[in-house]
Amino acid sequence: MAGAKIITRRLAILGGFAGAGWLIANTDKLTLDSDFARVFRAVEDWTKTTQRGLLYPDRLAREYSPSDISPFFKPNGTFNPGTPEYSAHAALNFANWRLKIDGLVEKPLSLSVDELRRLPRRTQITKHDCVEGWTAIGMWTGVPVGLLLKAAGLKPNARYAVFHCADNLTGEPAKGGEQSPGQYYESIDLRDAFHPQTILAYGFNGKALDVPHGAPLRLRVERQLGYKQAKYVERIQLVDSFSQIAGGQGGYWEDRGYEWYAGI
Amino acid sequence: MALSGQKNWLARAWHSAFAPIREPEGFYRHRALVRLTHWVNALCILILLGSGLNIFNAHPRLYWGLYGTDADQSFFSLGAIDTPAGPQGVTQVGPWQFDTTGVLGWSQVDGVFQARGWPSWLTIPSFQDLADARHWHFLFAWILVFNGLAYLAYSLWIRHIQRDIWPTRADIRAIPKSILDHIKLKHPTGDAARRYNVLQKLAYVGVITLITLMVLTGLTMSPGFNAIFPWLLDIFGGRQSARAIHFISACLIVLFVIVHLVEVILAGPINEIRSMLTGDYRIPRDDHLKDEA
Repeated sequence: MAGAKIITRRLAILGGFAGAGWLIANTDKLTLDSDFARVFRAVEDWTKTTQRGLLYPDRLAREYSPSDISPFFKPNGTFNPGTPEYSAHAALNFANWRLKIDGLVEKPLSLSVDELRRLPRRTQITKHDCVEGWTAIGMWTGVPVGLLLKAAGLKPNARYAVFHCADNLTGEPAKGGEQSPGQYYESIDLRDAFHPQTILAYGFNGKALDVPHGAPLRLRVERQLGYKQAKYVERIQLVDSFSQIAGGQGGYWEDRGYEWYAGI
Repeated sequence: MALSGQKNWLARAWHSAFAPIREPEGFYRHRALVRLTHWVNALCILILLGSGLNIFNAHPRLYWGLYGTDADQSFFSLGAIDTPAGPQGVTQVGPWQFDTTGVLGWSQVDGVFQARGWPSWLTIPSFQDLADARHWHFLFAWILVFNGLAYLAYSLWIRHIQRDIWPTRADIRAIPKSILDHIKLKHPTGDAARRYNVLQKLAYVGVITLITLMVLTGLTMSPGFNAIFPWLLDIFGGRQSARAIHFISACLIVLFVIVHLVEVILAGPINEIRSMLTGDYRIPRDDHLKDEA
C-alpha cells in the first residue's frame, strides 16, 4: 500500500510538471484556440462579478482638481471620421447633428446638440485609462445618459445601451492582434448607463468637444477603460442582447478580442 | 558495462531524489501545501512575466505621477528610431539612451525586424497581441491571488511564517556573519541547516512583499478597482506611478528568482529540489567543520 501511494505521488508530481511544461510550450497555440478562449471568458466574468459586487451600490470614480488636468490629452483610435457626411456636420459646427435614441424604448427620441446642452448637465474631471497602459486626465461636461434613457422610457426587456458611432476604424498597431476595419460602436448595461458619472459629453476642458476627442458627442463611462468611451456618438440603441450587432461581442474592440467588461 | 553503470547512476539519482529519509540525517522540511503553492506560484510568475512584457509592449514607456502619455516625460522607454544606417532599437533610462538593436525596441519576429519593446522570445504570446496577453495575465493573476492567499493563511495558521521566515533579533545581529558566509559560499551544516539563515529569511519576506505589491499596484491600474479602493491611488501616487512600481517590482522578482536558483544550485540542487517536491530534506553533515577545527 505504501509503495502504491508513493508511485501515485510520483505520478502526480511528474504529471504536474509535464502539464505545466506543456502549457508553457503551447501558450501561442492556446492563445489562438477557440475552446481555450472559454477559460479567458470565464475569468472575465469572474472579474466582472467581483468588481460589481465590490462596487455596490454605485461608487463614484475619483474626480480630480483642475490643476491635475493633463497638459496633453492623447487622442486615440479615430482622430477624424473624415466621411463627407461627418465633414459637412463639422463645417456647420454640428448644428444639424442629431442623437437618436431608439430600440426598446417607449418613445424614440431625436435630439440636437443644442437641445442636449439645455438639459441638466454634469461636469467631471476624471482619469482616462487606456487599455494600452497610458493615462490622461481631462474635464468632461455632458448630459447624464440615465436622464436621456428615462426621457425615452425603457421597455421592460431593455438590458443594454448600444452606442453607434460615426467613425470607421481600421485598427491600431499598438493593440496588435486582429485588426479588421469596422464601424465603431460600444455597449454598456443599464447599471453603468444609469450611473451618475455616465454622461454623453459635449464639452471638454471647458470648451466645445473637439474633433480628435470625439465631437460632437462622446460617451464617458468612468469606471471602465478608454475603448468604452465611444466617440462621435450618433445613436443610442436599447437592446436585450447585442449578439446580432456587428461581431456580436458588444463593441468594436470586443469583436477583436478585448473584454466587454473593461473594468480592469 | 557503461550502460549498466549509467542505469545505476540513474537509479541512485532517482532514489536519492524520492526515497523517504529519516531522522537524524534528514527531516521533513516543507509541508505539502507549501510545496504545492510554491510550484503553482512559480508557474504563475513565469506566465505573468511573459504576458506582462507583451502588455508593456502596447505602450513601452513608464512615467511617474497621476498621468502619462507620449507627450509626457518618460523615465524609461523602449523605442525604435530611424537612422541613416537603418532603424535602431533605443532604450531610454532617465537621461541616458542606449542602442539595444536586436533585443529591445527593434527586434526580429519570425526573421522579420519589427518595432517591439521586449523581444518575441520573452513575451506571452510571442506575437504582439495586447488582448490575449491581458487574458493570460488576468487568468494567472487570479490563480496567483488565490494560491498566495492559501499559502499565507496556511503558513500563518501553522506558524510557518512566524517560526521559520520572520527574522528574529538574533538573526538581525547575525547579518554581517551571514553576509560573510554567503561571500565564502559556505552553506550551513548540522543543526544550523534546519533553519533558514537570515539573508534567506529576508529574501523570502522580500519576495512575499513584492508579490503583494504586484497585486496591489496591478489593481491600482484598474479603473473599476480605483472606484472601489481609491486610497490605493493615493498610496502609490497615481495610476502611472503604480504602473512604474508594478514594473520595478517585477524586475526585483526576476532578481530574486535568479539568486534563488543560483543558491539552489550552490546548496546542492538534488537535496533542495527534492525537499520542495517531497518535503524531505537531507541535512548536510558538518564534516568539513570538524576538518576546519
